[in-house]
Amino acid sequence: MPSILAVVYWAFAGLAVIASAMCITRRNPLASALWLVQTLFCVAVLFTILHAPFIGVLQVLVYAGAIMVLFLFVIMLLNLGRSSGDLKGLVACAVGTVLGVGLLLDLRPIAHAGPPDAIMLPAGALDSMLVHQGVVGSVAGPLFDSYLVPFEITSLLLTAAIVGAVVLAKRKL
Amino acid sequence: MFTGATLVVSAVLFTIGTIGVLLRRNAIVIFMCVELMLNAVNLTFVAFAERLGVAGQIFVFFVMAVAAAEAAVGLAIILAVYRHKETVDLQHINLLKG
Repeated sequence: MPSILAVVYWAFAGLAVIASAMCITRRNPLASALWLVQTLFCVAVLFTILHAPFIGVLQVLVYAGAIMVLFLFVIMLLNLGRSSGDLKGLVACAVGTVLGVGLLLDLRPIAHAGPPDAIMLPAGALDSMLVHQGVVGSVAGPLFDSYLVPFEITSLLLTAAIVGAVVLAKRKL
Repeated sequence: MFTGATLVVSAVLFTIGTIGVLLRRNAIVIFMCVELMLNAVNLTFVAFAERLGVAGQIFVFFVMAVAAAEAAVGLAIILAVYRHKETVDLQHINLLKG
């Protein structure tokens, strides 16, 4: 009898794979984008099950909420909603699928990959950390402590991205 | 608990994203497939973070920030190309082809 957590996990894992497959096969870019949103939601659920609820919330807010809206906005702006299929020809499709299956076969050993026991946390360590430091605190603590410099560099990157997007999108400066 | 299973799921998602990049011609759809691949890698990070500490979750945070910046600049580039060429079909964007 599988636990209820395992049932939820496999349901959303399966849904994520199905939705991503729909995303790459739909002819309409708008449908592709909405299936991708579905995939992102399912992955957010997987994050939550894997003891990363804050990352799951960020996934919904940032990915599904902000990035995908940007994509939908551009699709509508360029009026691509009714464009006919953009799949490549039969030969290219076959070659692409074969290459993809080859990649999956190459990635097969990852199922047995695992860090050495010596550096692993004891089981339930992350759970107790979430309880003691809070869902946000357990991520925010190290982020503003040992990872402060990368965090500041990220803010620089985002500023550069804003400037770059404005410069590219404007017709005349 | 689900580490091995999650690694398999993320490998499958990454493969689907790769196939999408190879199969489609629409620049925006290819861009969405790249986002899908980034998400698969995030899933791997979180799976390992469960056993190795929260550092993996912090890397997911950085990947998301880079993905947001990439989406903003990338879509601006696509808009600029569309203004120039009236299409986002990569078959017709071949300025660098000899």
